[in-house]
Amino acid sequence: MTETSRISTIEEHPILEYIRRDRLPHIFCSACGIGTVLQSFATALRSLNYDMDNMVIISGIGCTGRASGYFAADSYHTTHGRAIAFATGVKVANPKLKPVVISGDGDLFAIGGNHFIHAARRNVDMLVLCVNNFNYGMTGGQMGPTTPVSAITVTSPDGNIEHPFNLVSVAAASGAVFVARWTALHARRLTKSIEKALQKKGFTFIEVVSPCPTLYDRYNRHGTGLEVMKKYREISVIRNFSDPMQAEIDYRTRIVCGEFVDSEKPEFSDLLEEHGKKLQKGD
Amino acid sequence: MLTRQERVPILPEEESEMKWRIVVNEDWCKGCGFCYTFCPREVLEKSDKFNTKGYYPPVATNIDRCVGCKLCEAICPDFAIHVEENAKSKKGEK
Repeated sequence: MTETSRISTIEEHPILEYIRRDRLPHIFCSACGIGTVLQSFATALRSLNYDMDNMVIISGIGCTGRASGYFAADSYHTTHGRAIAFATGVKVANPKLKPVVISGDGDLFAIGGNHFIHAARRNVDMLVLCVNNFNYGMTGGQMGPTTPVSAITVTSPDGNIEHPFNLVSVAAASGAVFVARWTALHARRLTKSIEKALQKKGFTFIEVVSPCPTLYDRYNRHGTGLEVMKKYREISVIRNFSDPMQAEIDYRTRIVCGEFVDSEKPEFSDLLEEHGKKLQKGD
Repeated sequence: MLTRQERVPILPEEESEMKWRIVVNEDWCKGCGFCYTFCPREVLEKSDKFNTKGYYPPVATNIDRCVGCKLCEAICPDFAIHVEENAKSKKGEK
């Protein structure tokens, strides 16, 4: 093939209509799973033909917190941990909008832990996509609420002694109506779950286990991002609708993936509107 | 500027009758290797040429084996690769 024929062909990626092209290529490290999550989310939007005017993408601080800046929708890059609080505000102010929170495990479960459980309890209509890379990536790889016991990070150089959260279990116990866990390897199944979650009304939560080849996987001698993905292929098992309490997530033995909860519950902004009407009638 | 905005089909011209074509934006590729490792039909391989960032993008060495499953497109973290139907294809018209 000659050089001129290569350059004369200009083709477009099918999902780029949902992405701010001037922001690409993105800042994520080579072999980081966040890019795959963005890709899956954009593919889900495309297959649903989603109207981006009805969507607000909100993210907190961290590597995954950069995600809101890459989508061609209204977006908030909020203060640390408060992404869900902002999303609740968006939903209450304008119930037509669908808030989507894309953020990391440290942002959602350490600093924003209370916002998470209470938004799930109230069943506020939003999709929460949590990219779990087991540490605080952007600040240099400190231990966080999802770091497994005995894992090595910058702030636990002799091994972590704290027990981690099981995110799907927390979400299911708090009352989320849709709970799923996938790894970055399950791009197709993740896309299907996102489609399902976007069509549901209520608090939907999807955890995506992602490699962090620059920090967490390097400190713990897991190899490159590609080797981590190969390991995910070996150890991940799919157990749809199994008990989320039993959904273990252990790099040495197995990672249980699947959709754990899919239920129905009255939604917060609907109840709020009904309540408002009731009060008006009473006057 | 590092980014070149062109997207280039990575199949040789004489094989343009194949049903699928794989298009790569080589300069967005960060060489993670997901596409050629997880391709179920072993269509892709690591290139021996590097891009402007110094990463090795994929090349389609076995394009006739491609069935258009688009796993490479789904798994690429950098929006650098996608699969589309070849408009010129004789196989696609059937």
